[in-house]
Amino acid sequence: MNLVIEIISGLSLLIGCFLCLSGGVGMLRFPDFYTRMHAVSVTDTLGACLVLFGLMLQSPNGLVLIKLILILLCTLFINPSASHALAKAALRNGLLPLEGKPDNQGGNKPSKL
Amino acid sequence: MTQEKKSSFFPSHRLILLLTLALFWWINSNYSNPLLLSLGAASIMLVLYIAQKMDVIDHESHPISLSVNMATYLLWLSKEVVLSNISVVKHIWLGNSSISPTLATIDTRQCTDINKVIYANSITLTPGTVAIDLIDDQLTVHALHKDDIDTLKTGDMDRRVRELEN
Repeated sequence: MNLVIEIISGLSLLIGCFLCLSGGVGMLRFPDFYTRMHAVSVTDTLGACLVLFGLMLQSPNGLVLIKLILILLCTLFINPSASHALAKAALRNGLLPLEGKPDNQGGNKPSKL
Repeated sequence: MTQEKKSSFFPSHRLILLLTLALFWWINSNYSNPLLLSLGAASIMLVLYIAQKMDVIDHESHPISLSVNMATYLLWLSKEVVLSNISVVKHIWLGNSSISPTLATIDTRQCTDINKVIYANSITLTPGTVAIDLIDDQLTVHALHKDDIDTLKTGDMDRRVRELEN
């Protein structure tokens, strides 16, 4: 039983780390501000959830568990508000998103369309 | 609940806020000596006083009436979040040629303000879609892929959030 919990915890941490890494890669790879924000939201949601879940399994009793759940809840409430505020500020200040297929080069070049 | 809302809903909401704050303080500190307990009580009272002064204690800051159908909705939402996470990670590793960023306007049929907030926040929480603006019933959404917009336009999430209000 103990071994099973250890394995599940390790797997969660591993997958969570992979998702956080993917979010970082996506932030570097995607062409413009808005698409990069989508990449970051992977790190925010499932990445953070899985890392915290793995940590919860490491300490299944006591106050640490409740605190981890609190952190998870706060993350899930705060992150959407923050990304919404970012996106709204960007749109209000005239940063238009790329439409349709962007070109393959990446970077901050304006779209050819 | 509905009767209290008209006449004086403040005492119950204040009481709930007090209990929530006390629980939160105790979880985060876990102290039990009298000095720190009294300091905690004093800080809770200060927060209550400020909240009273700012006039922010109302039925919107404590949506206790929503909690009936919330569990099923949260389960469904987490399933959606996992699925769209997988799709966004796939797009990340496939590269820029696989995405088609779209900005679109979506109609919502939510009646109350708090349901609009829940709907917009659910959209933003799901990776691949971000709710940017909400004017009356028009929701501006930016999506990583055109399919995400089409999925939103079918109104499945809209219907599920609508079922929360009763």
